[in-house]
Amino acid sequence: MSTVGTALRPPAARPAATVHADSARTRLARRFQHGGWFVAPFLVLFALFVLLPIGRGLWLSFTDANISGTGERFVGLDNYREALDTPLMWESLGHSAYFTLLVVPCIVVLAFLLAMLAHHIERAKWLWRLCFFAPFLLPSTVAANLWQWLFNPGTGMINHVFGLDTPWLTDKSTAMLAVVITTLWWTVGFSFLLFLAALQNIPRHLYEAAALDGAGAWQRMVHITLPMLRTITGLVITLQVLASLQVFDQVVVMQDFGPGPEESTRTFVQYTLEEGFTSYRVGFASAISIIFFVLIATVALGRMWLLRKREEGVR
Amino acid sequence: MSGGHAMRKWTAGQIVLTAVGTIVSAVWLSPLLWALLTSLKSETEAVAVPTHWVPEDFTFQAWRAIFETGNITDWFVNSVVVSVCVTFIVVLVSALAGYGFARTEFRGKNALLGLVMAGLMVSPAVLGVPLFSTVQSMGMVDTYWGMILPQCAPAAMVYILYKFFQGIPKELEEAAFIDGAGRWRVFFTIVLPLSRPSLAAVGIFTFIASWNNFLWPYMVTNNPDLMTMPNGIATVMNSYGIQWAQLMAGGLMAGLPLIIVFVFFQRQIVAGVAHTGLAGQ
Repeated sequence: MSTVGTALRPPAARPAATVHADSARTRLARRFQHGGWFVAPFLVLFALFVLLPIGRGLWLSFTDANISGTGERFVGLDNYREALDTPLMWESLGHSAYFTLLVVPCIVVLAFLLAMLAHHIERAKWLWRLCFFAPFLLPSTVAANLWQWLFNPGTGMINHVFGLDTPWLTDKSTAMLAVVITTLWWTVGFSFLLFLAALQNIPRHLYEAAALDGAGAWQRMVHITLPMLRTITGLVITLQVLASLQVFDQVVVMQDFGPGPEESTRTFVQYTLEEGFTSYRVGFASAISIIFFVLIATVALGRMWLLRKREEGVR
Repeated sequence: MSGGHAMRKWTAGQIVLTAVGTIVSAVWLSPLLWALLTSLKSETEAVAVPTHWVPEDFTFQAWRAIFETGNITDWFVNSVVVSVCVTFIVVLVSALAGYGFARTEFRGKNALLGLVMAGLMVSPAVLGVPLFSTVQSMGMVDTYWGMILPQCAPAAMVYILYKFFQGIPKELEEAAFIDGAGRWRVFFTIVLPLSRPSLAAVGIFTFIASWNNFLWPYMVTNNPDLMTMPNGIATVMNSYGIQWAQLMAGGLMAGLPLIIVFVFFQRQIVAGVAHTGLAGQ
């Protein structure tokens, strides 16, 4: 078989091979075996920096560990009981959820509109892409610093341009709103790019056929574009929900690492880090982290479950 | 929608769209322009009331100051070292793992794949304190390794490449196997060259994420000499008492490398997003 092997070149020669070459096929199959070495380097890193922290966090959450992480005492479910009884935890969770509720719908609509615009303008396409994506290329802290200053009540541009006199960052009612506006400007580019790529993937002949049938621009949008974008919209929403629940950078930088006016912008991540690194309560902070992990996992698994259900519904 | 590529006509619709696009872009970029103009003002002019766009006296004072006083050049070098290392390791390791999961068989593969998918939900934001505690027990706080390695296990990138490798026709590899090539040779000479757009996308997105990462370097470094650009600017520059012109100059310094990268690679980025199956399946 070995002499034949060099002569055979699929796909043309494959039928001949399958007739009298069982040993060649099993050898082929064996070539695909034992792939453990390919996965090994990643698994080592994954075990050290993902699995180990989860395990360690789980263990620490049942202890009263402090920052040094040694000499901890097992305290059972005390940390969890205390966490669920702490108003501050629920408040910070509320702030993260509020932020998510404001940001996600705005990002989806804005990213879609910007992508439609960039897709349909025929000249200098690269320029529009660059414009809308550029803010995403800034570090979060730079975007936050920039807007912190734009929102500055005395010398900031926002109040100056719009003729307002709003103390954006120091008033409880506008502090989170300012962070939301900053986030929209800073991050919409990523979702914009996903929508743009999806728009480019829609086969042109669909539009041509629809145009022949006399469909107007609006009908083409409702009957072709929007349905074809269903998958990507779902993906954008999920990614944004998960990212928004984990918001931290912009908020703390814009509030100079404090909890905001009347503690109104302390997010869940910030609360975790305060307990862990400022109050040195590593055990308690780990318990909150595990609660957060379960929450994030629920959102992600919920999405997967919904997707599967929809696929079954289609069939 | 239609029309030739060489000579496009200015239809009424295109004129309106282009005008709208120009206005929206101008609004969108105005904060960046504002940062640039501010960095060219003196500190006193930067905080003058009423605010104005164009500096009355153009000065490079703020730009000179960030190079002379701060350790911004250290931060810049740190950012380059960390991002380049992270990108290299991530591309290598996730390409190998993606291929292993897509094209080879081994015991417990499906269970491991499930575990990796679970890893999609873990980030320093979710499990920061336990991750820090783990890294601390390894003695890696305030070291390059401590900044780099925890960023190098991105389940998302493995997943993207796994999906991509599944789409490569198996016949290509079978042909090479029959010709007597080994698995590693097939991987390096056939599979990797075919996957260049996806690898580029993974690399670029990893680089952007790593360059801009704030939270993890913030947790794991205390030494200002070891900080990266984003956290040096946010934590050290602010603690001097805010000098706006300098802060804007430093911020632009931090953002500029990626904007340049994007200008050169944007075609690959958009193609990569389309290719990797991120957008629409």
